[in-house]
Amino acid sequence: MDDLYREIIIERYKDPLYRGVLEPNDISFEDENPLCGDHIRIDLRVDENARVIEAAFSGHGCAISQASADLLLESIIGKTLDEVKQLNKQDVLDLLGIELGPVRLKCALLPLKVVKAGVYGLGEASDSLVEE
Amino acid sequence: MNTTTAERLDLIQIREDFPILKREIAPGIPLVYLDSTATSQKPLAVIRAMNDYYERSNANIHRGVHTLAEEATAQYEAAREKIARFIGARKSCEVVFVRNTTEAINLVAFSWGRKFLQRGDRVLLTEMEHHSNLVPWQILAQEKGLELDFIPVTENGLLDLDEFQRLLGQKPKIVAVTQMSNVLGTINPVKQIAQLAHQAGAVVLVDGAQSVPHLPVNVEDLEADFLAFSAHKMLGPTGIGALFGKEELLEAMPPFLGGGDMIKKVHLRSFSANELPHKFEAGTPAIAEAIGFGAAIDYLSRIGMERVAAHEREIIHYALEALSEIDGLTVFGPPADQKGAVASFTMRGVHPHDVSQILDSQGIAVRAGHHCAMPLHEKFGLPATTRASFYLYNTHQEVDQLVRGLAKVKKIFG
Ligand SMILES: Cc1ncc(COP(=O)(O)O)c(C=O)c1O
Repeated sequence: MDDLYREIIIERYKDPLYRGVLEPNDISFEDENPLCGDHIRIDLRVDENARVIEAAFSGHGCAISQASADLLLESIIGKTLDEVKQLNKQDVLDLLGIELGPVRLKCALLPLKVVKAGVYGLGEASDSLVEE
Repeated sequence: MNTTTAERLDLIQIREDFPILKREIAPGIPLVYLDSTATSQKPLAVIRAMNDYYERSNANIHRGVHTLAEEATAQYEAAREKIARFIGARKSCEVVFVRNTTEAINLVAFSWGRKFLQRGDRVLLTEMEHHSNLVPWQILAQEKGLELDFIPVTENGLLDLDEFQRLLGQKPKIVAVTQMSNVLGTINPVKQIAQLAHQAGAVVLVDGAQSVPHLPVNVEDLEADFLAFSAHKMLGPTGIGALFGKEELLEAMPPFLGGGDMIKKVHLRSFSANELPHKFEAGTPAIAEAIGFGAAIDYLSRIGMERVAAHEREIIHYALEALSEIDGLTVFGPPADQKGAVASFTMRGVHPHDVSQILDSQGIAVRAGHHCAMPLHEKFGLPATTRASFYLYNTHQEVDQLVRGLAKVKKIFG
């Protein structure tokens, strides 16, 4: 169980590389997990080829959701929005390098849900965005 | 209050009575259950009572004339009588079986409230209510155009009674208040609140979900008009709870749900309602659960609620003192002598989910989140807290384990 708190997760939680807000931005979206109150906003800047060039997240949440946001943003910089749309649950778990039960899975997937809802230009982030 | 050794609970014997307390969460890691505020564990006596019913007496109650139906009815009604005695109700017909506290409060809102409240009437609640004592009133307020007012909670987690007096001046029709907060642990002066509310002409509903399991509660002494509580938080099964209501009030109220058992006569276009308490018990009830509830009451009565409360006072004093020594940890709510055995806290730099996950890896079950009291958390500016809560089976050693567990949390988060 303690493997959940791998060094990389604690490190990214305490000293995230992509914490902040981007104003102006090309894509901005926020949502929360109503069960635990975790709240995440993600801002992206994209170039003329729809490639992500800058990313930042803000809000509050547990180590899993915050580390997941930080690692996710790191991984999407340089990707096109079409590539971002292809990202899935397994990609997030691979980034975190852990297995999660159903409750904590929601924490881990919240950032991806928010990113995808923003990229698709949806009004709300639904669970179906991150299912396999 | 000090207890002599003779009055102390026999923790070894009590823990023997709860099979689940022998459980290991992983090999060599015993369960430390600190989540009784969410739901308590069940003694063998309760599990057996329900099994016995299913193995020997299972039948639908009332109306049947065969042996099993008579046994089932007798056991179901005996449970009601035990509950009535336990809370000091004058008559067992003042105890209505419901699914839980939530349903009990909804029953009052939608039966009493629909009949007796009109547009512009005021309902007085508090800022520390569980969602189950907020949302039913919000729904009714929308439907009828009622005004909701709230007794504020002070910085140290107590109700602001001066403000209460002022709000009473606006002549609320009902005051609905929890006797013990499931987050702060605050024990509210419900008797004083009820007296003042009655002088102002209001009806008083007490949410007893946390108080009835942990304190001696007597409805006559409290002057409560309604008292709502759940079996599952007081050693009984899920799916059953009770609403106490004063006979005159229950008599004047229309039925809540319609169907079998709640009627005296039914014609194609009309019905006449059954007598109390059956008027409010439509359909086949949770019979085994009611019997289990009765067994839980027997168990608690045998030990005595004074002793349960004294044990919990000792544990919460000990726990709050131990927790206060942890740097970066903040406990919310009043000091130990004004509250029940509930400690909701935050740890600097660590999210409550992470705290409870790391505690779980050491077998310690606590709860993280808003504990169904989002407005209260908002008030204190917190998205969530971690909550450790204690009951008659918890020991001082378990408090020590919690403290060691929290040390590990700090180590991981450095
Ligand atoms: C103070 C309080 N009121 C009401 C409830 C709701 O109880 P139930 O879920 O059994 O209806 C709870 C349960 O957590 C509670 O603590």
